[in-house]
Amino acid sequence: MPSDVSHKRRRRGAVGLALALVAPLALAGCANQQNGPPTLMWYINPDDGGQAELAQRCTAASGGKYSIETSVLPRDAASQREQLARRLAAGDASMDIMSLDPPYVPELANPGFLAPVPEALQKAALSDDVVEGAKRGAQWDGKVVAVPFWANTQLLWYRKSVAQKAGLDMNQPVTWSQLLDAVRETDTYIGVQGIRGESMTVWVNAMIESGGDHIVRNPMAPADQIDLGLDSDAGKAAATIVGTIGRDGLGGPGITTQDENVTMQNWQGDHGSFMVNWPFVYAATQSAVEQGSLDRSVLDDMGWAQYPRMSADRPSAPPLGGIMLGVGSHSRHPDLAFDAITCITKPENQAYYFVSNGNPPSSIKAFDDAAVREKYPMAPVIRTALENAAPRPQTPYYNEVSTAIQQGYTPLTVVTDQTPAQVAEFIRRVLRGEALQ
Amino acid sequence: MSTASTQAVETASEPQARTKHLTQRARDERRLGWLLAGPAFVLMLAVTVYPILQALFDSLFSYRLTAPDDRAFVGLGNYGVILTDGVFWRGLGVTLLITVVTVAVELVLGFALAMVMNSAIRGLKGLLRTAILIPYGTITVVSAFAWFYMFDINSGYVNHWFGWLPGIGANFDWFGSTWPALFVIMASEIWKTTPFISLLLLSGLAQVPSDYTEAAKVDGATWGERLTKVILPNMRAAIMVAVLFRALDAFRIFDNIFIMTNGAYGTEALSLLAYRTSIGRLELGLGSAVSVILFICVAIIAAVAIKGFKVDLAGQGRAK
Repeated sequence: MPSDVSHKRRRRGAVGLALALVAPLALAGCANQQNGPPTLMWYINPDDGGQAELAQRCTAASGGKYSIETSVLPRDAASQREQLARRLAAGDASMDIMSLDPPYVPELANPGFLAPVPEALQKAALSDDVVEGAKRGAQWDGKVVAVPFWANTQLLWYRKSVAQKAGLDMNQPVTWSQLLDAVRETDTYIGVQGIRGESMTVWVNAMIESGGDHIVRNPMAPADQIDLGLDSDAGKAAATIVGTIGRDGLGGPGITTQDENVTMQNWQGDHGSFMVNWPFVYAATQSAVEQGSLDRSVLDDMGWAQYPRMSADRPSAPPLGGIMLGVGSHSRHPDLAFDAITCITKPENQAYYFVSNGNPPSSIKAFDDAAVREKYPMAPVIRTALENAAPRPQTPYYNEVSTAIQQGYTPLTVVTDQTPAQVAEFIRRVLRGEALQ
Repeated sequence: MSTASTQAVETASEPQARTKHLTQRARDERRLGWLLAGPAFVLMLAVTVYPILQALFDSLFSYRLTAPDDRAFVGLGNYGVILTDGVFWRGLGVTLLITVVTVAVELVLGFALAMVMNSAIRGLKGLLRTAILIPYGTITVVSAFAWFYMFDINSGYVNHWFGWLPGIGANFDWFGSTWPALFVIMASEIWKTTPFISLLLLSGLAQVPSDYTEAAKVDGATWGERLTKVILPNMRAAIMVAVLFRALDAFRIFDNIFIMTNGAYGTEALSLLAYRTSIGRLELGLGSAVSVILFICVAIIAAVAIKGFKVDLAGQGRAK
């Protein structure tokens, strides 16, 4: 065979191969350039369909300016963060709107992964209509970097019968030590999250903030100059409560693997008494009763109060959760994305989201909605809790801080008054790059 | 290829032309070989060699995905941090423990299953092989969840069924401490991959000539003697393949641990540490270094495997 023919054939083969490899990418690229209004991609955390419904409503309300499509992120917050961070770092232009868990906002804002929030939305985010906790969670380096959508917090849920038996007046604020005495006396289990997971940091942070200190005192500092409040008086008091619950078996036998859902299930059982948990437990208990898997008496026996205090004379600082909305800095349509966010976060849409999906609003006006008041009798308690709620450490190194707390404070039985100092030292070593985690 | 073969056959009677045509044929076949294997080879290079080199390069830097501007060259510093850290050695210990225990147990169980499959009556063989292979056909994540829910203190039934055993009761938390958690992880791994090892051993067992065992039987060898002196020595190659393939696989264990404990309470294996450092902490430099070390460990096992093969195959050749 003449060499030039074989050469040509070989070249044709190579071109064919290259085309076969590249074609799917090129075609995928075309998919985004369809005619009609631009499509905004909204990366949402899994919910009961509320965000997809809001996407439709706001698409309709835009009058043809844009259409919003939703794409579901992984189930847990840590995996959501992993996916968002990787896509943002790679300059993914499809990151138009993102549902962000508040503790991860600084990590994404610090390297400039989030598009600057327009002034009007900045003002709205800091207005009197937004609950205090959400205001704090939306800021990094003194600037609003994300827009509060819904705001979550924990309440103290209790069985009225157990509180009565223990002689606790639940109309007055209660402390952790009162609760521990009550479960000892009534031979019940206290509902806390003892699993090695994000919920452990949520709990420890709420106790330290309630004691008047912070896990990270200077969140803006570089990694090697971080000042930790874990080993403070407030931090030691928190460790004492964690260790006591573990060693005295006050949390029940399955405490080491107990997350928020399991805490609720155990609280609904025979040994249920008091639990700290997010408001989803109310809707979930209601639907369990409706489905017939739970006795109605449990729902009738359900009471709610503010998060427990560390000391009688100081109000508690409940955990802050929820979702902030951010726009990726590589988005092709940042203006339209912020336009859509303005629509999504309207008080009436937040009220709809609370009523339909059980996620409390960040807007105070939305709490006054008639449907909200009717469906959630504890809405005013949630609103007050959100005013006092404290975010988890707002540092770009949140993941390291949180993981160290999760590793150091579980299982609960090993937590002693030495633990805070050990965990603090471990965090410092990890952040200096001297240790694996 | 068919053209080349026909040409070769047609000219076979002409000795002088033969070498020339054979050379042409060899050239054509070589080209065909490249055309067939080339794309796969290029693809393999793209998806294996490139990431490996990239990981090697990244492992020399202090590099965090969310702080790209702070990237700094640290040489072998990352390796120093890892090799002097208890977390790494603990992870290596857990990985080795899982590898040794699961492979040993699987070998014994797999051999027993292979014997059963080999000696089952003809009508039952197909059904038996299918039944034994079912666990291997299950996706690891699915099997991990199944085992997790079986043993979970809240949803599991194991505590109720085996409550009569000392130490096990309704309140026993399998995933609350190291040893029980590792037990469940290893049990799940063994359940899932024993069929694989038993298949490999079955092929070895089928290759043992029945003349040998029958001759031994005639000579008065007991069942135990036939097993240890005739069957096992003759299927050494198959055992070697089974052990080394499974060891390579077991060393990279991830799914079961990720689902059941996520590495909590001292159950973290090396692959999980690499994942958490690179993907969880987004510390690409340090995470790449862990991955490179994991790669070296796997390469060592692979090298031992290849060496083991050669020795054995040569031994078989001599025997023949």
